[in-house]
Amino acid sequence: MTRHGITGAVIRPLHGILLAFPIALFTFALFTDIAYLNTAEIQWTNFSAWLITGALVFGGVAGVFSIVDLVLSLRREGSRRAILHVFALALAWVLGLINAFKHSQDAWSSVGAFGLILSILCTILVMVAGWTAYADREIVR
Amino acid sequence: MIRHMLAASALALTVAACGNASDPKLNQTGANPDLPRINETLVPAMKISPPTGWNGETPTVPQGFTVTAFATDLKIPRQMLVLPNGDVLVAEGRGGNAPPMRPKDVIAGVIKKQGNTKIKGGNRITLLRDADNDGVPELRTVLVENLDAPYGMAYIDGSLYVAEQGALVRFAFQPGQTGIATSPETVTALPSRLNHHWTKSMALSADGTKLYVGIGSNSNIGERGLAVEEERAVVWEIDRATGARRTIATGIRNPTALAIEPTTGLVWSVVNERDELGPQLAPDYLTQVRDGAFYGWPYSYWGQNVDPRVMPQKPEMVASATRPDYALGSHVAALGLDFARDGGFGGAFSSGAFIGMHGSWNRQDPSGYKVVWTPFTSGRPAGPPIDFVTGFLKDGKARGRPVGVAFDPAKRVLLVADDLTNAVWRIAPAS
Repeated sequence: MTRHGITGAVIRPLHGILLAFPIALFTFALFTDIAYLNTAEIQWTNFSAWLITGALVFGGVAGVFSIVDLVLSLRREGSRRAILHVFALALAWVLGLINAFKHSQDAWSSVGAFGLILSILCTILVMVAGWTAYADREIVR
Repeated sequence: MIRHMLAASALALTVAACGNASDPKLNQTGANPDLPRINETLVPAMKISPPTGWNGETPTVPQGFTVTAFATDLKIPRQMLVLPNGDVLVAEGRGGNAPPMRPKDVIAGVIKKQGNTKIKGGNRITLLRDADNDGVPELRTVLVENLDAPYGMAYIDGSLYVAEQGALVRFAFQPGQTGIATSPETVTALPSRLNHHWTKSMALSADGTKLYVGIGSNSNIGERGLAVEEERAVVWEIDRATGARRTIATGIRNPTALAIEPTTGLVWSVVNERDELGPQLAPDYLTQVRDGAFYGWPYSYWGQNVDPRVMPQKPEMVASATRPDYALGSHVAALGLDFARDGGFGGAFSSGAFIGMHGSWNRQDPSGYKVVWTPFTSGRPAGPPIDFVTGFLKDGKARGRPVGVAFDPAKRVLLVADDLTNAVWRIAPAS
């Protein structure tokens, strides 16, 4: 198999699967944050804490893939979009890390306005990262 | 890029955690402690004092006193009881069965473990007999084993009461006995679900008819949900004869030791307050356990100072909160309390309370790690606490961590259980 063959057959799908996790988990953490703020039912913020942690773990691995991909594709067309993708994912990850610490505070302090804002930002950024990862994929190839 | 961002965020978090140093000018002891503003940080301050050995040294005691190791190689000694014949009982063990709820619980658990002994708890009571009072027990034996995290103990009229983490049990027992073969009888079950704070402290009422049992909260500040806080953060009064119980105080976060003030016969407690509001909040305290009083937890601390972390808030509960009698300092982790009786050590140490402080984790400048003396006049605290046994912390490392304290008026000695050294220290007037 050629290098492109391996990339297309294994690396890209794997990257896609990994990237699906932070997209889904950050988004659901936003939902569970809203549920907590509406109900003060502590289990919702527990869910958020684990969802954010999962998003960081899988998002971190996906980010490594993205960076390698960016380095390999720097000289090619479309690298601006790849830069935007890496930037959005990296920013989502850093804000997600801060949000993980925020969610480690106790009871109402585990979310509050700051946690909600971080969850919203993480969700938007990870959506941008997902969008830029796949938009016009065929043309790049 | 990610690496740079990681470095930047790590730096930001470090700054966030260290940005709240203690203000040494604040006086955090006595009836009117200075309370700074709430200062929550993204990363809670976690300053673990790593354990180290004594290397032949001993704790520091005031001029005119001597300190020796009364017993060593124990298995997590906690509370002690001096029997009418002078024998000393030491409850050993560790309880708690709260599963981690969040990633934080897993991580914090690993970190806090660094400051504790690696020895497995004994779940037993050891008897020490030093009849000739030379500081060396002639007899050391395991009185009873296979207990479930024993902590509080009391003896009266042929009954030895032991507060395990899930039940108050009674053994038929006569002082002088060195072993117990009979199985215990359960006086009453104690709240044991989760047991985030598992210690069940105990004191016998002055008239000998009632047992007071302190039951700690099931969380720092309700982060496990308030449903699991039913009959937690309370003091029970249990009728010895019937096992019937009555909740006499509520909102008393973690009453880790109870004792009867000898001149008034009233029950007092040392109480551990909440964490993660800053290095100087909230002060742990010593208080008379007033019948019917609500001490604020979780809604407020030191009387009516609202804790914003509890939702929904309960202003009507805050308004009813009783202010404790005497602050001991923030995060000192007071775990031991006993009153001097029959003239105590005399002089400045005639009337008052000895308080064992296990030591802090939730502040960068460690607090506690000592035994203090709080003078009492007419049954009330009178004056600032005085360091009585120190030297547990040296060069940022913990050589020992005091837990229970027991004053023996007949022998005029103070015993201090130390669950890091796994020893009992004996402090006596130098003869």
